[in-house]
Amino acid sequence: MDGDSYEAEKRRWLAETYQSPGEDEERFTTVSGEPVDPLYGPGDVSGLDYLRDLGFPGEYPYTRGIYPSMYRGRLWTMRQFSGFGTARETNERFKFLLGRGQTGLSVAFDMPTIMGYDSDDPMSEGEVGRCGVAIDSVVDMQTLFDGIPLDRITTSMTTNAPASILLAFYLVTGERQGVPFREMGGTIQNDILKEYIAQKSWIFPPRPSLRIITDVMEFCASEVPRWNTISISGYHIREAGSTAAQELAFTLADGMAYVQAGIDAGMDVDEFAPRLSFFFNSHIDFFEEVAKYRAARRIWARVMKERFGAEKEESLLLRFHTQTAGCSLTAQQPENNIVRTAYEGLAAVMGGTQSLHTNSMDEVLALPTEKAVEIALRTQQVIACETGAANTIDPLAGSYYVEHLTDRMESEALEYFDEIEAEGGVLEAIEKGYFQRRIADASYRYQLEVEKGERVIVGVNRFTHDDEKPDIELLRIDPSVESEQVESLRAVRRERDESAVEGAALELRRRADGTGNLMPVILKCARAHMTQGEIVGVMKEVFGEYRERPVY
Amino acid sequence: MRGEKDKVRVLIAKPGLDGHDRGAKVVARALRDAGMEVIYLGLHQTPEQVVRAAIDEDVDVVGLSVLSGAHMTIFPKVLRMLEERGATDIRVIGGGIIPEDDAAELERLGVARLFAPGTPTAEIIDYVDGLPSEP
Repeated sequence: MDGDSYEAEKRRWLAETYQSPGEDEERFTTVSGEPVDPLYGPGDVSGLDYLRDLGFPGEYPYTRGIYPSMYRGRLWTMRQFSGFGTARETNERFKFLLGRGQTGLSVAFDMPTIMGYDSDDPMSEGEVGRCGVAIDSVVDMQTLFDGIPLDRITTSMTTNAPASILLAFYLVTGERQGVPFREMGGTIQNDILKEYIAQKSWIFPPRPSLRIITDVMEFCASEVPRWNTISISGYHIREAGSTAAQELAFTLADGMAYVQAGIDAGMDVDEFAPRLSFFFNSHIDFFEEVAKYRAARRIWARVMKERFGAEKEESLLLRFHTQTAGCSLTAQQPENNIVRTAYEGLAAVMGGTQSLHTNSMDEVLALPTEKAVEIALRTQQVIACETGAANTIDPLAGSYYVEHLTDRMESEALEYFDEIEAEGGVLEAIEKGYFQRRIADASYRYQLEVEKGERVIVGVNRFTHDDEKPDIELLRIDPSVESEQVESLRAVRRERDESAVEGAALELRRRADGTGNLMPVILKCARAHMTQGEIVGVMKEVFGEYRERPVY
Repeated sequence: MRGEKDKVRVLIAKPGLDGHDRGAKVVARALRDAGMEVIYLGLHQTPEQVVRAAIDEDVDVVGLSVLSGAHMTIFPKVLRMLEERGATDIRVIGGGIIPEDDAAELERLGVARLFAPGTPTAEIIDYVDGLPSEP
């Protein structure tokens, strides 16, 4: 049936057979607020050219998956983000997760570590070890990976503004285990643009931050070839309240800005692009999410090939990690979060993710308990081993609805790219508050929909019961963690060779002021047991600090 | 209830190092849309900065959002500093990832009200609107 006759038949069906719920038609929208038709058919995908737009797995434009055999060859990496308290406590949690079949590590740092403050800084008071693990120096990093061989496990580290420093701590930890840089694999998030846009954990202003990032890309390309130097993240953009299309568009726009920065720094695109990776959210609207991942692969492959002239196949592949949506979880009836997370995890798998974190049911209340984390991990194992979702590649391809959504997602993203271009590019758009305003508007619209009852959240605005007190156990962080950590930080400072520290600090200041690559000097600082706060302090003196004009 | 002339003045801030500002911004906007005078102080504020701004701006209510687990340090510190400056007429409310036991303890220490995740903004508006202008 061609598109035109389908359209005519669909109109007939709508008029004669379909029973419209009347005004309620408007209720049918995705979680992003996009209208959804009662039915999709051939006319909704009439522009689709199979080979041009979908192709085969492992072949351009990679819509169906970046690897030829996808999960039949190798399952996604089950990577639960975790960290709390001291390095010793988190090391025990890591060993617990590895013992239960987790296949990669992912470190959550506490706020002081994320923001570049030492645990004894006045700004750190009350925050040490609270929402992640406290890492002040390479000594803590060695404790964190004690007994975990860094040539046999890959590690993802959620660090951005001070990513270069934590990477240096990690590399020196491996070096001290006897593992050469070339054999270490992992990821640093290192995506500062989305920090200005959404997550708000910045230190330096945008331009020096981009220099640090290109230095890391360049250093790793030659010295640590298995390292993913940036995980370009939409996760936080979505958590801050964006729509799915905004998450997709803003993330890929950030990606293009990094590629341009690498090229501007004099690198060949094929030298660093293969080590760029992505990180997306998996929200509760199943089909919209699957479409988002498929569109992301197709857009990225085309942009890298056509706009940046990449020639290596690896430069075209959008590899991504997924985390289920923290913002979709509810404090009310928290056990329901297990169900939400399962659907979201399934969407990520149907969308072809390379690694996955499934949230624990209690994360809306506190850091997760061991029990809650185990259920979250088991959720992935059930998807992998029982549901059959991993048996065939890109199983939703050819669904009229999913292909239509994939196209729509792509065209919305292209419209946003034009808007960003019109603002003067990503950096200028950040400075003008463009992204921040868009996200705040979308998040407020969503909140109003929930409050008017137009969007139902089970246990929150429907199917509630009178006594909503959750009766699940919560993880408590012992307040003594802070004093313990401060004590061990002081021991590190007492026991190190101060002249080595002074030498490294001086060299770092000179390098930051000049033009050479910062990484070798940061490694030197790490080996001398300079703390993160001290290294950041030197860099702040040269680079300054970022200040935001708040938009709400 | 208040007349048009004495609009409620509310300071919304994100104290500490936590950058999750979605909730704070939604609440700021909802209170503003409900006709209140809202000062949004933004991110990474120390308790000192919060208290100074609250006094300088002569607000009735301070709303703090904390999702990083530092609530047991930040709220008591703000309360103590308000007291030291004789500004106990300023009510402190808040929200974020705050377990129930901690919330009860903070309310005992003098936080007027903590709102759990999922609270409708209408409930927050009603609460702030219903606060007597003088304690």
